[in-house]
Amino acid sequence: MNKSLMLGNEAVARGLYEAGVNVISSYPGTPSTEITEFASKYDDMYSEWAPNEKVAFEVAFGAATGGARSFCAMKHVGLNVAADPLYTASYIGVNGGMVCAVADDPGMHSSQNEQDSRHHAIASKTPMLEPSDSQECCLFTKLAFDISEEFDTPMLLRLSTRISHARSIVELNDRADIPVKEYKKDVMKNVMMPAMAKGAHIKVENRMKAMADFADTKAVDLGINKVEIYSKKLGIIAAGSAYVYAREAMGENASYLKLGMVNPLPVKLVKDFANQVDELVVIEELDDIIETHCIKLGLKVKGKELFSFLGEFSHKTVLDALTDKKAEFECFDEDVPARPPVLCAGCPHRGLYYALKGMGLYVSGDIGCYTLGAQAPLSMMDSCVCMGASVSALHGFNVARGSEQAKKSIAVIGDSTFIHSGITGIIDIVYNKGISTVIVLDNSITGMTGHQNNPANGLTIKGDPTTSVDLEALAKAVGFKSVHVVDPFDVKATKELVKAELQKEEPSLIISRRPCALLKSVKHSAPVVIDEDKCIGCKACLNVGCPALSTGKKSDGKGIALIDNTQCVGCGVCAEACKFGAIKKGGTN
Amino acid sequence: METKNILIVGVGGQGTLLASKLMGKCFMEMGFDVKVSEVHGMSQRGGSVVTYVRYGDKVFSPVIEKGEADIIISFEQLESARWLSYLKKGGVLISSTQRIDPMPVIMGKAEYPAEILEKIKEKEINLVSLDALSLALEAGTAKCANIVLLGAAVPHLGIDKETWIETIRSTVPSKTIETNLKAFELGYNS
Repeated sequence: MNKSLMLGNEAVARGLYEAGVNVISSYPGTPSTEITEFASKYDDMYSEWAPNEKVAFEVAFGAATGGARSFCAMKHVGLNVAADPLYTASYIGVNGGMVCAVADDPGMHSSQNEQDSRHHAIASKTPMLEPSDSQECCLFTKLAFDISEEFDTPMLLRLSTRISHARSIVELNDRADIPVKEYKKDVMKNVMMPAMAKGAHIKVENRMKAMADFADTKAVDLGINKVEIYSKKLGIIAAGSAYVYAREAMGENASYLKLGMVNPLPVKLVKDFANQVDELVVIEELDDIIETHCIKLGLKVKGKELFSFLGEFSHKTVLDALTDKKAEFECFDEDVPARPPVLCAGCPHRGLYYALKGMGLYVSGDIGCYTLGAQAPLSMMDSCVCMGASVSALHGFNVARGSEQAKKSIAVIGDSTFIHSGITGIIDIVYNKGISTVIVLDNSITGMTGHQNNPANGLTIKGDPTTSVDLEALAKAVGFKSVHVVDPFDVKATKELVKAELQKEEPSLIISRRPCALLKSVKHSAPVVIDEDKCIGCKACLNVGCPALSTGKKSDGKGIALIDNTQCVGCGVCAEACKFGAIKKGGTN
Repeated sequence: METKNILIVGVGGQGTLLASKLMGKCFMEMGFDVKVSEVHGMSQRGGSVVTYVRYGDKVFSPVIEKGEADIIISFEQLESARWLSYLKKGGVLISSTQRIDPMPVIMGKAEYPAEILEKIKEKEINLVSLDALSLALEAGTAKCANIVLLGAAVPHLGIDKETWIETIRSTVPSKTIETNLKAFELGYNS
């Protein structure tokens, strides 16, 4: 047997390959990103990064209409962006099968909220599968395409951080030969106007009834929903990561109804299982969806009275709730300082933020590496909501508080986030005669999700050269007359430019341009050097918040700045912070 | 066989993911069921990072909880202190002596505890400490401190050295095989 140790995300990509998928379009988002990165390595499948999740979903949906098996992936909040096409795609159905993977992030390892994407499945009446390990990631992906085509519906595949980012063993199979189906014009099916949608809604309701039967019958035959009977004193219903935690914690001291299909939920299977056990418990991370289903069926069940709506679970969560077992361990006796993530040494965002510091600005923030600038010592962010909101919310803030405020307020948004949904915001500013100043932090990459190419950096998902969006021309085309580019490592020039642009009675767009320090193509300088005679140990350089800087003592006991040469890439932003000229830029490496 | 638990902890960017990937692959090839759980995304940017490696006949949970780790491999002293409570009674802590100040310490808002490893040793914990960074530099690059630490852990993993060497050969980029094998030997013999 050919097998491989794969991340859940890698296994989904393998499932796409084996399912004979032709078209993949996604927008990166932790913890979903690697699915499409791995998929792009299979040359038999077309793959792309889309500008945002809505576009990605629509590309995949269009491909499905065109008869190909198609796929898109996104994080949980990405599905909010793609919700518009999802809800109507559910009415239209498919030609070739279509699957949308959505990765939740319980515990918020890398997200701004903890929403439960099962609500989207229920509200859009789209069937949803949820695997519990990498083998199931591969298998359920393939099954999802079969179900999609059998029931004429797009499918959702729900993942979570501990499924997407855990490696386990996957059995590898060959790629299925699935030809692209014929496309026939069908206005009643594919054009959603009220007259057609009324009929389509009836179809959707009937489909969900048929799917509920499927959940009780064929889903069991296919191994999607599973009953495992051991001790009948306790019966546990769980799906995905919650199932593996339960199984680890309780072993054969409980029986399990493992749900691989989380929308729609089975009825007979749940009732029969409940009848076999003395006590029924539902274990689910985030919301109480399975529990509510059980209550609707009139079952006596415990769920959220034992388990939280908050955060990520583990087998310990289950042990604590259901047993008296307590672990024994030694602790370190002193306080251990926290180690929050920080902007990397040499990060271009640091130069920009340091330039803005001390100007008394309101900074409307956005989603990306640069959100880390909200933390001390830079502390350069007043708000952060969702992709693109920095621009539109700044406009609202400035309208509310008047033009004097607009001269003390800016938006910061990364290149990929700007392409994702910042462009509509700048159009709003111009169209409605705003005077806001927007700074695009163009580091030539989608950084936080681990370096994905994007429409502004001139490279495709496979690294091939392509047309890149000309940000300056774009801003001018929508009506910005004042558009400037600055190098954020030139702190003085950046500061002067921002001051000048803020004073203008018109909207301004500043592009703070320098590639991410972690890009392989970026050449680093030698580490900066501290002049021992000049450094007085004032610690002013620490205000740039660089992880390569710290302080120590000279031989005479006086303080001195220290440079960690393994981290420092010689960007020299700290040198700008030193009034005594004690930090010298090194030569080129 | 009861499931064995290995925790790999360090600072984002130190190369903890390669160490866990190598281990996972090696255990799989030995015929075990394996789960390796990683955190990607925001925590990688210089934050505290942890990877869980579990192997045995059948592994369900991908995570390790307090008091459960048979071995902790720590890339940094403060992280050894932070994750100490995850060590099982009788478990082994393998810690690099490297110190990386977190931002609250750099800013003077918190203090980096003094003599962390000495204090851990006083608790009669089975501690193996080594200067993985210097050994990595001796091997050729600071980047292979992860393989030095893996080498130091191997005598406690109960799988012969040759199997690990083969796994390294078949996993790391061909250009870096020699450096990584040198790093492995330096760690193994430390």
